[in-house]
Order: sequence, then structure tokens, then C-alpha cells
Amino acid sequence: MNQLALAIPWLGKRNPAAARWVVIALALAAPLIAVLFGKTWVRILDFAMLYVMLAIGLNLVVGFAGLLDLGYIAFYAVGAYTFAFLASPHFDIHLPFWLVLPAGAGFAALAGIILGLPTLRLRGDYLAIVTLGFGEIVRIFLNNLNHPINITNGPQGINMVDPLVLFGWDISQGLQIGESFKINSLFLYYYVFLAFVVLSIILVQRLQISRIGRAWAAIRDDELAAKAIGINTRNMKLLAFSLGATFGGVSGGLFAAFQGFVSPESFSLMESIAVLTMIVFGGMGNLAGVIVGALALTALPEILRYVAVPVQQALFDRVILDPEVLRMLLLSLAMIFMMLLRPSGLIPAYSRYSRPELVVGKESSGEAAK
Amino acid sequence: MSDATKPLLQLRDTKISYGAIEAVKGISLELAKGELVSLIGANGAGKTTTLNAIAGLLPVAGGEVLYDGAKINALPAHKRLRQGLALVPEGRGIFTRLTVEENLRMGAYCRRDSDAIEADMERVFTMLPRVRERLQQVAGTLSGGEQQMVAIGRALLSRPRLLLLDEPSMGLAPLVVEKIFEVIRSVAAEGVTILLVEQNANLALEFSQRAYVMESGRITLTGSGADLLADPKVRAAYLGE
Repeated sequence: MNQLALAIPWLGKRNPAAARWVVIALALAAPLIAVLFGKTWVRILDFAMLYVMLAIGLNLVVGFAGLLDLGYIAFYAVGAYTFAFLASPHFDIHLPFWLVLPAGAGFAALAGIILGLPTLRLRGDYLAIVTLGFGEIVRIFLNNLNHPINITNGPQGINMVDPLVLFGWDISQGLQIGESFKINSLFLYYYVFLAFVVLSIILVQRLQISRIGRAWAAIRDDELAAKAIGINTRNMKLLAFSLGATFGGVSGGLFAAFQGFVSPESFSLMESIAVLTMIVFGGMGNLAGVIVGALALTALPEILRYVAVPVQQALFDRVILDPEVLRMLLLSLAMIFMMLLRPSGLIPAYSRYSRPELVVGKESSGEAAK
Repeated sequence: MSDATKPLLQLRDTKISYGAIEAVKGISLELAKGELVSLIGANGAGKTTTLNAIAGLLPVAGGEVLYDGAKINALPAHKRLRQGLALVPEGRGIFTRLTVEENLRMGAYCRRDSDAIEADMERVFTMLPRVRERLQQVAGTLSGGEQQMVAIGRALLSRPRLLLLDEPSMGLAPLVVEKIFEVIRSVAAEGVTILLVEQNANLALEFSQRAYVMESGRITLTGSGADLLADPKVRAAYLGE
């Protein structure tokens, strides 16, 4: 969070304490601001939180351990389908979410190890290809496991997934305060997701400066040397895959409960690439960067979608470019400029895996070293 | 402590292959405790392969590797380090995106005795004063010689009993090489056993007590550094005379 605060232009470096409060205030007030533009925006914000979790998880694998994973969305799928299997009328099982969510996380972690084991010796592009294949295999399985025995209900997906029920309180019903005032469930979901995101951030921050985080940094920079200084690279890589997958699994479970519906098309290759783009855009290896990247790339396309049509109508009296086309076009342009101007992302990772306090104090010397 | 005359490291007819290709075709060598021995030979003779296999980075296809009297053929690399067997890999292998200090501390990754680690850091600093000046610098921005020193310093922080050095002179200017070798000499003076792989035969032979000459996967000559330096065959093959 300190990093997030410091990243605020101007204020961040002058008054870190104030900047920190700004971050907290923004995080808490975000849905209230969003609702001024319509309820859809609160929904987008909810999704943004899920993407932040995904980005944090993928960053663990790609940013920290340097293992390029193009099939990350598979773990999201595993989490979502676990939730759907264990809490929906599909098998007529309705377990409480505090059982289902950990189960989803566990299965995702297991899937992470299953992916990790055969790919231990692979690096870079080779690893990317295999993980890409893995992601597609999971999706195709989900798409086709409705025959001969119906497990996943095929392309139709699973409907009516149970919502989150906290202590007997179904949050999808919203919160009734008094006679006339009702808090919409979209807001409630936002704060639940925010809690998960905050928890993830704390966990990952601890992890980054731990022995495990250092081992990952070593493997990322030079795997052979990492072995030579006594790091068990096999276990550390498997750990990176499974821990990263856990975040995907939790996020997937929340997605299933929030959406009330899961189907294979939510877990396409494009989604994996989208999450990867978020962390590259934001700053691979930097927690704050990754969060900003996920927020920016979830919000930008939506903003474009809402802005593109009225602007074109005002300028040319008709819609020349379909917003969907324009969205991809502008996004690609944004990526290209990003790579040209800030190749290491919006908020680049500093080299240190540890002692962020040193970096804060010695900002200028850090810059000079580069 | 075990018998002083017993070798610290012993290879017995060790074979190492990459798939179907046998890169090292059965070599035997030994190092007594405290010795400084070099392994010289042309490109592709199998020197680095041998060193990597001793460090556990490559599997041994045949024969035996004995360390401190115990067979370690199947011991994984990270466990070998814990027994005091450290490698400075070819091309230095420093962690380019971490700072110099972080690189050094990585060497102590397997240790938990933080007081002793701090003492060892000081010891490394006195040996490598240049490194101390650059502690907060990102290691990838150092010069080649400085990187080599960091790599050696990092290995020293694991408190090795046997240090395997793979071509510490590679790509460095002669003056820098001299400095690196001074450092190696002071490490040896502290009682660390060293196996040095070098292409710079002249330097290595002058420098070490004994040496092995490797040629396409076999050891063809062995003797004291001075003897090999005087050997006409060695002079013809490696010293360009």
C-alpha cells in the first residue's frame, strides 16, 4: 500500500502519509463515486477487484518467479467450477462458501502443481506454449464434459450458483436499512472483494520479502546460480505455480458466486492474455503496479465503450467505428505506446526484493543507479 | 574432523553425458584438503561439465563422486551446498536485478546463523573492498570484474570448504584478472580447498599447486603446476609455443 500511495503523482513523494489516506479513502469510496455514473459502473468495479486478485496471483508466478504462464485463467476456471459444483442445483449440493472457497483454492493449487511438474525444465517461450496448452485443455474439458456423463453441463454452463452467504446473511439480497433505504448487493460484493484483495496484498507483501520471495527472485534472474547457492529450485517453482493458482482459484470462486453463472467461454485464452497484459502494463513484479494495471485495464475499455458512441455521433452524426473494434484498437495502441515509453510498466519494479523502506529513503540514488 | 590425508573430493572414473553424447569419458582426480588445484584444457574438453557435475547441476552417468569420503552421486545440488561445496558458475551467474548486497546475502541463503553471516560479510568486504563501495548498486550494472568479485563473495558467504571456480578470468582485462586471482589466493590462504577451471593455462599453472590437463573428455596429463609449465607438450598445446 505504501507503494500505491507513493505512486500517486505529486502528492506521493511529498506527503506519503496523506497519500496513504487518499488510497484508503478512494478504495472505500470507489463504489459511491462509481454509482454516480450508473449502477453498471459498480458492477465493473466489482469485476475490477476480481481482476486485481487475478493479477496479484499471476504476478507471483510471472513477476516474482519469472515463469511465463499463458494459461493462468485455467485456475480461475477451476475455482469457479469448484464453487459451481459444490454450491448450486446442478448436483444439488449447497455447501457454505467458507467450505467451497477453500476447496476451490485447494483444487486450483493442485492444478498448479499438475501444470508445474511436467514443465519444471522448461523456460521462457517453451513454458509459455505448454501453459497456453494447459489453459486451453481445461477450457475444452469444461466445454465437452457433458457427455457421456454430464459433469460440467457443457457450453451451457452451470446456472443459479449460490450467492455468498455470510453468517446466514445472503448478500445478493442487499442490505435493508429501515423502510426506504436499501444497499444494493453490488456494493456489498465490492466490499467483500475489497477485503479479499487487501488480504491478498498483505499476504503477497509478506511473501515477497520472505526466504521464498528471495528464492523466486534468484530463480528469475539466474536459475543455475540459484541452484548453486543452495535453493531447491524444483520445490520453489512448484510453490510459485501452486500459490499463484490459489489466488486464481479464490478469485474464480468469488466470480461464480457473484455472477451466479459459470460457462467455459469466460475462461478463454483471451482472458489469460488480458490478465498478463494487466501486469505487464502496470509493472511486472511490482505489487502496486500490478494493481494499478488491473484497475486501469478493466476500466479503460468500459470507459471507451461508453464514450466512443456519443463522441462519434457528436462529431460525425453517425457511428463509424463499432465501439468493440475501437476498443481493441485503442487498447493495442495504448499498449504499444506503453512499451515504447515505459517498457517496464506504469510503476516499474525496483530491483530490491526486500527493504522497501530503503528504496523510499533513497529514491534518487536508486534512479541514479539505473 | 576426519583424517587429514584423506582427499576432500575424489572422482573415480566419472562419466558425464548429455543425452547420447558422452562429454566426460571417465576421469579420475582428487583434491586434498586445503589444496589449490586447476583443471585446464581447450574449449569443449569437458571442464565446465565436470565442474557442474561436481556441484550437482548435472547428473553423473557412471563412476563415483566422493566428497569427504561419502559418495554424493545422487545428492541434489542444494544439499551439496549445505555440505560446503560451492560453485561460482561460468559467466559469473550473478542476480542481475538484485543489488550487490542482496546478491551477497543470497549466498547465505541456506544459513540461519545471522551473527556469523554478518561477520562473514565483513570478512568478504575486507577481501573485496571494491564490492563494499557498490553495495546498493544493481548488480547488473557492475563491470565484469566487479561482477566476478560479487560472484566469488556470494560463494564465500555460504562458508564453503570446497570452492569450485569456473573460468573466473573469462572476458576480463589482464589487470582485472590479476586482481581476481589475488582474491582467489587470499581465499586459498584461509584454508578453503579450491578447484579452478581455466582456459588461461599459463596463469592457472603458475598459480596452483597441482593441475590436471583435460582433452576431449579425458585427463591426459597431471602434475605440479611448475612441472606442467615446463612440459614441452603442454607448452606446445596450451601456451602457444
